[in-house]
This record gives sequence, C-alpha cells and structure tokens, in this order.
Amino acid sequence: MTIRVLRPGLLTTLQDGGRYGLQHVGLCPGGAMDPVALALANALVGNAAGEAALEITVIGPELSFEDETLVALCGAEFDGSFPRNRPVLAPAGSRFNVGHTTRGARAYLAVAGGFAVEPVLGSCSTYLPGHFGGFQGRALKHGDALPLRDPAAKERFAKLKKTRNGTVKWSAPPFTLPDREPILVHVLEGQHFASFDSNAQRSFFDTVWKIAPESNRMGFRLTGPALVRSDQNEILSGPTALGSVQVPGNGTPITLMADHQTTGGYPRIAEIVSADVARLAQLAPGGTVHFARCDLGMAAELRHDTRERLSAALRGIAWNYGQ
Amino acid sequence: MARKPIEPKAIVPLGDCAAYIEFADKLDLEVNEFVQQLAATVHSRARPWMRDVVPALGGLALHYDPDHPDVHGDALEAAAILVQECMKEEAAPEEAPARTVEVPVCYEREFAPDIEVVASQVKLDVAEVARVHAAGEYRVLMIGFAPGHAYMSGLDAKLAVPRRATPRALVAPGAVAIANQQTIVYPYAISGGWSVIGRTPLAVFDAGREAPSLLAPGDRVRFRAITAEEFTALHK
Repeated sequence: MTIRVLRPGLLTTLQDGGRYGLQHVGLCPGGAMDPVALALANALVGNAAGEAALEITVIGPELSFEDETLVALCGAEFDGSFPRNRPVLAPAGSRFNVGHTTRGARAYLAVAGGFAVEPVLGSCSTYLPGHFGGFQGRALKHGDALPLRDPAAKERFAKLKKTRNGTVKWSAPPFTLPDREPILVHVLEGQHFASFDSNAQRSFFDTVWKIAPESNRMGFRLTGPALVRSDQNEILSGPTALGSVQVPGNGTPITLMADHQTTGGYPRIAEIVSADVARLAQLAPGGTVHFARCDLGMAAELRHDTRERLSAALRGIAWNYGQ
Repeated sequence: MARKPIEPKAIVPLGDCAAYIEFADKLDLEVNEFVQQLAATVHSRARPWMRDVVPALGGLALHYDPDHPDVHGDALEAAAILVQECMKEEAAPEEAPARTVEVPVCYEREFAPDIEVVASQVKLDVAEVARVHAAGEYRVLMIGFAPGHAYMSGLDAKLAVPRRATPRALVAPGAVAIANQQTIVYPYAISGGWSVIGRTPLAVFDAGREAPSLLAPGDRVRFRAITAEEFTALHK
C-alpha cells in the first residue's frame, strides 16, 4: 500500500512522540510540534498514540491514495475541503489536497496501521538537521511513494456507525488551535530573568509578540522590543529544554521548539510551561502571543487540564470503535 | 590549599519537565569533572520517571515526566533529592570509567583552512601548530549545539586564539577546530566560528550506529595525526 506525493507542501515530515535518552550527546527529543493533535489523529484511525504521522506545515501537500486507505487529519484548519478531526475512508485513486491553513499552523495526517518506516534511535521522527529518521531523513518531495503497513482499513472503518453518505457524524477537534490572537502562554521566570533590566522584565510580559518569518521546528523568533540586560556578563553555556526562551545579544527572544539545541549560551528569560508549548506551535509566522507569569503549581494544573481533555477525547473515540 | 566542598548553588526549574542543578556559574574544570561523575551516578539510578540526564559545563539537567506514577509529590523536589542522594555516595569507579578515545586527524592544508592564520596568530609554524594540538590530552566537558558536538578542554595555552570574527557559513563534517582554550570536532556541515585546523575521517555522529556519538561527556580524547592518504582510506 502506498501514498504518492504529487506536491510536498511547505514542510511535510513524518513525526511521532520523539526520542528521549540522547540529550547528553546533544540530540534533542524532537517529535511532533503539537503532540495533542498527533495523539487525536492516531486515535481517530485506531492507531496507538505513538505511531508516526505526517506533520503538515501551513501549506498542505497534495497526495494520491493508491489504495483504499483509512486516514484522519487533525490539527490546523485549511481552506481546502478535506474532512477534519474524523476518520475518513479514502477510496483508491482519490486525492488529498487541503490547501493553506486558515487557523493554526500544523496538522497531522495519520493512516490506519501507520507508515512502514524503520525507527532510527527508537523513533520514526524526522530530524532534519541530522538528515535521519522518518522518510529518508528528510521532508517529503514530489514523486515520493510512502509505504504503508497493512492496516485492515475496511475492517476498522466497518466497526464505526455511519450516516447514509458513509461518514461518521462525530468528530474530535484538537484544543490547541488559537481561539483568538494574541494567544496567552504561561511561563516560569527563567534562570537569568533577574539579569534583565526592569524595562525588559516589564516589556517581556506587556508586549504582544509576533512570530517572525525565520521560525522553524528548532525555534520561534519573536518580533517586539529588544530586551536589554543590566548584567552584560556572558553566561556559562548550560542545558536548555523544550520551551526555554533565550535572548541573544540582539535582544530578540527565541522560544525553543521540538528540534531545539540541548545546550545554549544565551540567557534564558523564561521557560514556557509544557501544557502551552503545543498551543504556541500552532502559531504560524505573523501569529501573536503574550506571556503570563505562573508558578510550578499552576503549570501542573494546566498540564492536568490538558491531560484530562485529551483522555476524555481519546475515550470518546475508543467508545466509537467499540473498545 | 584545600578546596571548598562542591555544593549545588542553584536548583532551577527548566519549565515543568526538567531541572538544572548548578554547581558553578564560571568554567571550573574540577567542578566539571565532578559533574560528569555525578551525572553518571544519577544516570545509573535509571529512575523510570527520568527521561534524560545531561551534564553541562557547570551543572547537570534532569529531564523528567512530572506526572509519572513513581513521582510522589513534586518532581523538581524528587530530582533534587535524587541528586543529593547520588552526591552522598562514593563515586564507584566502575560507574564512570573514563574512556580514552583516539581520534585520527589530518592537519594537511586541504583539511585545515585556518591553520595558517592560526600559525601566524600564535607565532608558530604550521607543523608546530599541528604537533602541539596532537600532543594534547583532552577531556569532553559537554556535548551540545548539535548532536555529537563535544566541547573539549586541554588545549595548550600556546594555541589559544579567539573565535573567528566572521563565522564560516559551512565547515566540513569532522572539522577539528579551536578557540580560546578548547577544541571541538564539528559533526555536520554547519556554520561555525572556530578556527579549523584539521579534519577527522570518522563519523562524529552516526544515527545508524549503536552508540551514535563518537564522543560522550567525560571522555578522554587524544588526536593522532594522519596523512591525506590515511584520511582517504579511513573516510567511508
């Protein structure tokens, strides 16, 4: 079974939950920028949560399903008409062409049974800087033939109750898309927050920051006022984490995203809480965000809220599959 | 003169899924060696909620799943307690055997675009720059910036040059470079600001290998000068 790539889109890569255990040798965990949307896409086709799916970025690919394939698209909304957030039995020879995102920046196309690629270092995530993982270690290109495992798509889809036109009438929307902008993202004060002057400390929280065009899976650059440090001393390079907000000498903050560097020598003004990283990942260049201070207790509450919402949605999907 | 005992200076949450335990905010080779051993001890505990143990120049980071059922209470506190427990233990030598890794390097001009500039900066001839670099004993202080990208101490003060004013847009994979009192080996063709004085034919990071990174934190490293012919023979 195969999906053929007619046009690759802006940046379409295979991503799963990523790989832990190698940050000490400089390899970040990587994986899906929006793990919530990935988990829902997988559940919608009856896959395990960790299966790899196509991460679609801003401009969708054009694909051809060579065989009848059970798929689900979850995440950003597009101007094209492919059904979102529900399982779809795509007939053999049909096309996938979603166009441009209208809300959110990233979506996941999961196929029942998953893509037939070998894990590298324990994951099927594509790590673009290292040219490994996913499909041949790179983003999709015109002419690629993506191999699928045997999914028993028809049998899985047959379990679901359908309307007269053969589709399901329920859906499982992601809750990571921006409702309105600027989105609110919660942060802890970073280790070097106090080394910034009081103007910078204030404007970090007062500014509506704009995602700059030179943003990618490694990090988002934020456009706004330059943040100046009162203590100009260089800091000793130290470890970073997903969601660290670094400020290089030019004063422009960078939020570290899935493919971030594992260490860094720039001061960290803030650390984005884990529950809000996926929501930030749904902003495209030009999208806007402002930051609110929180503590570890609130970070835990936000994390638990996210987990509860996700597990409720996953239970609903599993119920429809009769599990 | 007896040193003060090494104690954590700061326990910093790196978000809600990691903690940084800092022992020094300036480069101190003795503290770094302690951090490497401590990281090995923490790693050997292999708690199910730990995802990564990352030794850095002046401290170590623990990445964890704060909602793992084995974390009772606050994950940051659990991480700090684990590190304190490991500090109390005598470093068991079998836990942190310092490996010595030999890295062949060709210092000939075609592999060493900056060696002449370095030679004139430090007032040595080119062959002497290569000889002094290859004679050194190095230690991996930290891996970061890119997978397998090791920062090593031990560069002879005679070769201390500042970073290049203009970084190279692309260095060759395996490029061996120096700046200040450290040396590095670039894993990929990436942009870099250090002076390139040689190149190893070995793959610095190979995702297809069981141990993908040629070097690990804490490793002892020696460079062995090779000819261009040997480079070609070793380069796959």
